[in-house]
Amino acid sequence: MPQETAQVNKSIFTPFNVIAGMIIFCGLIITVLRFTGGLGAVTNLDDNNPWGIWIGFDLLCGVALAAGGYVTSASCYIFGLKRYHSAVRPAILTAFLGYALVVMALHYDVGRPWRLPYPIFLSPGTTSLLFEVGLCVFLYLTVLFIEFSPAALEWLGLKKIRNLVVRLTLVLTIFGVILSTLHQSSLGALYMIAPSKLHPLWYSGYLPVFFFVSSVFAGLSMVIFEGSLAHRHLHHKMDETHLKESEGVALGFGKAAAFVMMGYVGVKFIGIAMDNNWHYLATGWGLWFLLELVGFVVVPAFLYAIAARDRNLRLVRWASILAVLGVVLNRLNISVVAFNWHLPSADRYFPSWMEIAISLFVVTIGVVVYRFVTTRMPIFYEHPDYEH
Amino acid sequence: MDALFYTLHDFLLHSKSITYMLMGAILLGLLLFWLFLSGRDEKKRTF
Amino acid sequence: MGISRRQFLGWLGAAGAGATAVSRAEAASNKQFGGYPDSFGILHDTTRCIGCRKCEEACNKVNELPVPEQPFDDLSVLDQSRRTRSDVFTVVNQFRKENSQLPVFVKNQCNHCLEPACASACFVRALRKVKTGAVIYDESLCVGCRYCMVACPFNIPAYEYNEALTPRVTKCTMCHPRIEKGLLPGCVESCPKEALTFGTRERLVKIARRRIQKYPNAYIDHIYGEQEMGGTSWLTISGTTFSEIGMREDLGTQTASSFTAGPLAAVPVVVALWPVLLTGIYAISKRKDKIADEERIHAVAQTVADANEEMQVKLAKMKDSMAKEKEAAINLEVKRALEDAAREAAESQQVSEGTGSETPKEEK
Repeated sequence: MPQETAQVNKSIFTPFNVIAGMIIFCGLIITVLRFTGGLGAVTNLDDNNPWGIWIGFDLLCGVALAAGGYVTSASCYIFGLKRYHSAVRPAILTAFLGYALVVMALHYDVGRPWRLPYPIFLSPGTTSLLFEVGLCVFLYLTVLFIEFSPAALEWLGLKKIRNLVVRLTLVLTIFGVILSTLHQSSLGALYMIAPSKLHPLWYSGYLPVFFFVSSVFAGLSMVIFEGSLAHRHLHHKMDETHLKESEGVALGFGKAAAFVMMGYVGVKFIGIAMDNNWHYLATGWGLWFLLELVGFVVVPAFLYAIAARDRNLRLVRWASILAVLGVVLNRLNISVVAFNWHLPSADRYFPSWMEIAISLFVVTIGVVVYRFVTTRMPIFYEHPDYEH
Repeated sequence: MDALFYTLHDFLLHSKSITYMLMGAILLGLLLFWLFLSGRDEKKRTF
Repeated sequence: MGISRRQFLGWLGAAGAGATAVSRAEAASNKQFGGYPDSFGILHDTTRCIGCRKCEEACNKVNELPVPEQPFDDLSVLDQSRRTRSDVFTVVNQFRKENSQLPVFVKNQCNHCLEPACASACFVRALRKVKTGAVIYDESLCVGCRYCMVACPFNIPAYEYNEALTPRVTKCTMCHPRIEKGLLPGCVESCPKEALTFGTRERLVKIARRRIQKYPNAYIDHIYGEQEMGGTSWLTISGTTFSEIGMREDLGTQTASSFTAGPLAAVPVVVALWPVLLTGIYAISKRKDKIADEERIHAVAQTVADANEEMQVKLAKMKDSMAKEKEAAINLEVKRALEDAAREAAESQQVSEGTGSETPKEEK
């Protein structure tokens, strides 16, 4: 029997596959526990801490880091920066997988996941920002699916449908930016209902603005970061255009991110000034706040700036890691660290190992599917039938 | 006119529900209007 | 032919009349909200509470909750500070003042806020404030997102974390079904010390004020729940500072709904304006590209034309100089030829003069 692909020659027990396999196996077992024993059997959630890392990390960080999709497609198709075109498909793929995984993670966290359609189709609670988040995420996932589909359609050889869908690009991109603006900011606005529970340095009437602006540089940074990983492991899948444009993407996005991050720092200080919360900076919490803002926003912003000025690709990539960690830190601070700061330490929350395992499981599935798609479909290269 | 909403919640629920439907109509309307507006422009090249 | 003006105006009038048929509340746009008139509440007087926990027992019975391990007459549980749980809708907690040996007992349960944070937060309308004043929960809608638990400033709603497929949010119901039947809530009925009084909220506020006025040394001059979070149906008066008996005094008087009203209001504006802004940027960018393209084409054409012109001038010059060279060359040749001829003539003349008459003089 003839060998079909080159991969069959290599063993499937690569280190990546083995580790991913173990994580997935573990995840499946915990899934069964979750749906037979309830959240109490698997998480450290309690009546004082109803939301843990499945919301704080999987949902909040997942959505923020998937922002590369709308940012990249907007810069290419709305702002007309065609030199970023090769970065669009990888970014859209990441965003689509990211949001799909967010929905998957929600199926674990929410008590009755089969009722997730209820708020949209049965009984809309329009006073709730969570309704807004749910509606937008649902619509945006649809938009991303359609934006991603040309790659799959090209792979499947369905030319006519593919050409039809491609004509929708601009409308979908604009709709995507609208939806992203709404749900990125609304995730921040969720916490506005509980001023008595969130530490004043993180609570602000500007939470929606903070979340939206940080989603912009989170997306830019993720594109740079993933680009650097893809170059290392999926280089053989990249065509000439992609390779030629990639340095420009990294440096250009780094420069943009630097500027946006500084704007964010300004708005953050405005938030403190408007509520006259300066005195909190001199506390332990203040130190933590400054670490998050200075160490993980100001510093990477400067690194990006230096890298952009010197055209230093390596520095841009390191800065992107720092920036991504900064966004993750910010979301975790708001959802589980500075949340319930009033409570005595005995009543505070820390995730159980099973919660962490499920989060890891969700991310691993994302990486595995990403690898599957990029090694088969025209993501890093242009399909020969459609080159223009 | 002594009809009223007794709670802010009732008011918001009602006004926001209408607003959400209005949002859908606005999106569709703007799209259609844009197509009308640019109807006689030269055909653009596809990507 | 066509509509007459009279007909048109007639239709307009009919449409207007139809619009007024819309429900009266839906036609309202009042900005002040006074709550449901004659809605009920409960007044809790902590100076009367003896911590007997009969209210807890009654609540447990009325709601058919599982009987707890420690019986209700076991008062040692009061040594621990408790909060509501999925099977415990109300708790009585004990507090000891610093300079007094007398403990203070406080009953804790859902406050049935006038503008409940939980109802505002619920994205599927599973929690609602009803006319009786109770905030009730519909388990047939609840998705289990637990945002209501995040929202409640009093940390009241609890969750059945150990239910795998049908977990519910739980809290005091103000015995809404009993109230509708004209009965008292279970806790109020069972209280032996009248630490709990049931009535319309308006009346209870007046009763509380009168009581505080009558015994100013016995009470802090404040009705907790009158304004907190926009007002609650459950009112508490106490002889001890509220923050010392587990009741937060830093919640403010703004309703939870008002905290999220701002962001909610921004949503439709984004939907209405972003399409205009983004399409505008796209159109401007496209136009810029088009003009840049045209300028480029024009510049290239211009350059080609200029180059052509230059080429023509050069060619003409070359032609000219070539023609001149040719002429010069011809002139040179002619000159040479003439010189040669002249030389030849001179030479032959010399020859004929030198040799004599041997040659016939044909020339003559």
